[in-house]
Amino acid sequence: MSDMQISGLSKVFGGLRATDDVSFHIAPGTVHSIIGPNGAGKTTLLNLMTGIYEPTAGEVTLGGQSLLGKPFHARVAMGLGRTFQTPQICHGMSAIENVMLGSHLGLDGRLLPSMLRLPGIVRGDEACREAAAGWMRYVGLERYLDAEPGAMPYGALKRLEIARALAGKPRLILLDEPAAGLGATEKAELSRLICRLRDEGVTAVLVEHDMKLVMSVSQHVVVLNYGKKLAEGTPDEVSRNPDVIAAYLGRTH
Amino acid sequence: MSDIDKAIGMPRGLSTAGGPRLRLAGQGGVLLLAAILLLLPWLLRSGFQYHMAVMIGIHAVIAIGLNLLVGYAGQISLGHAGFMAIGAYGTAILSSRFGWPPLLGVVVSAAAAGLLAFAVGRPILRLKGYYLAMATLGLGMIIYLLISNEVWLTGGPDGLSLPMLSLFGQDVDSPKVWYGIVAVLLLVAYWMAGNLVNSPLGRALRSLEGPEALSAAAGVDVSASKVRIFTVSAVVTAFMGGIGALYAGFISPKSADFMQSIELVLMVILGGMGSIPGAVAGAAIVTLLPQVLTAVEHYEPLIYGLILILVMVLMPKGLVPTLAHRLRRSRS
Ligand SMILES: Nc1ncnc2c1ncn2[C@@H]1O[C@H](COP(=O)(O)OP(=O)(O)OP(=O)(O)O)[C@@H](O)[C@H]1O
Ligand SMILES: [Mg+2]
Repeated sequence: MSDMQISGLSKVFGGLRATDDVSFHIAPGTVHSIIGPNGAGKTTLLNLMTGIYEPTAGEVTLGGQSLLGKPFHARVAMGLGRTFQTPQICHGMSAIENVMLGSHLGLDGRLLPSMLRLPGIVRGDEACREAAAGWMRYVGLERYLDAEPGAMPYGALKRLEIARALAGKPRLILLDEPAAGLGATEKAELSRLICRLRDEGVTAVLVEHDMKLVMSVSQHVVVLNYGKKLAEGTPDEVSRNPDVIAAYLGRTH
Repeated sequence: MSDIDKAIGMPRGLSTAGGPRLRLAGQGGVLLLAAILLLLPWLLRSGFQYHMAVMIGIHAVIAIGLNLLVGYAGQISLGHAGFMAIGAYGTAILSSRFGWPPLLGVVVSAAAAGLLAFAVGRPILRLKGYYLAMATLGLGMIIYLLISNEVWLTGGPDGLSLPMLSLFGQDVDSPKVWYGIVAVLLLVAYWMAGNLVNSPLGRALRSLEGPEALSAAAGVDVSASKVRIFTVSAVVTAFMGGIGALYAGFISPKSADFMQSIELVLMVILGGMGSIPGAVAGAAIVTLLPQVLTAVEHYEPLIYGLILILVMVLMPKGLVPTLAHRLRRSRS
């Protein structure tokens, strides 16, 4: 049944408990949102899931397999995908090459054949370029195929990251504030994109401040506050939870 | 597709061109270089001019290899003269002391440099920026000290002589034949580097210049990839170090010193980081400039320094990328 299971996860920075004994389960094929005020520990939680940080205590599993001690790239090979709060784009490459980078795991990476441009390499590269163009169309970036990332608007870069993550064909994709800095039309599209992904069987973890988006796409919501899990449930349950209301009203939000 | 996107334009279709800064490095670049290398002998008048052309070619191949590490993968090395020296001294020792065929000596020395790079690469390349610069500097200095001090093996400050290279039973003693050999090596290096950079593996390597999380998120094993490209650049550098030693017929520790490492990096930066034609142009400039400046004897270092400062201030991206960019802009 399981896709990702988080059990008793803690991360301490100096004296600060950025993640404090958090447990929850992410069911396959659902959109699972993580919300909470600024500094609540949402990004830290994603960093623990991806292996950027090792937890002080606790466990993370994907499809029943422990992820502890595995480096980020190995978790990607196991089917994890991720985007970042500030888009991480390679500026030495065109937009489509950034997306192609995302699918490099499935391709022949041997040195000598690559240097000799053997037919197998060329075929793989062409297929990968075609797939990347497809993913760019999927997220609505077909205008930007050969664009330099430096010349693309912020919202397009956020979608470019999603396309790169999708090019790796993840079973579980972690999205860190994908709607931040997007306009209303772009947000509506993003919400359609997330639902479409879910319908195609990709599990999505959404860290987001935009409540309208969270409430409309999620099946399950976890609320964090000061590193602790404050509440969890369906969007409806969570939005009626008095603790959650207090946490959001008590802070500048 | 957003409404704005729909209003502005339809899909441009499948893209076949590479990234913006890669166009010059495609097969067109190889053909252009081949044409230049074929036509150049008509312009070269003296043996000295052939000598300069051969030196540029040797440096250009090294710069292409180093550019993969420094320009594309964003990892600095201030110790590559050490790998050059391993190639040169390995070839000299194996061929003159042990009587090996010189070319076999070159290949084995290059492989040894690769093994060393592979072994030290993992701990060293965990460092970033200034720290990586210091560590590679240290590596180069250790190799330099070993070569200067192990007199019994390397001849110390007196250096070593190498036997003459012979190909197909013929001694290679004419500058024109050397020109041909180096031209072929340069073309092969140029072509292979262009292929690598535009392959899936090359894309993984190029992502290393950015934040580690970016590469890892794409599934790239950051530390293994860094070691890999470090090893490739070490092998190329050592191979050409061996070829250069055979060409010169003599080597001394001077060729392994710190200034040599700086000059190699200078070729990459001056010509343009992440540009293969840039590496060739950078090699030509750094090789030719001191010759041109001998006309102004006493002021040579001063003017050399001033030129470097001016180029970096006016063209921070290096010669070839800046000129290519201007050309594109003036066309459109
Ligand atoms: N590497 C680190 N070292 C020290 N403290 C850290 C580190 N990373 C995060 N923190 C701290 O942990 C806390 C949680 O940060 P985190 O970035 O996870 O919050 P967040 O919920 O993502 O906030 P936001 O909504 O602003 O993105 C913050 O107080 C932050 O300063
Ligand atoms: Mg955050």
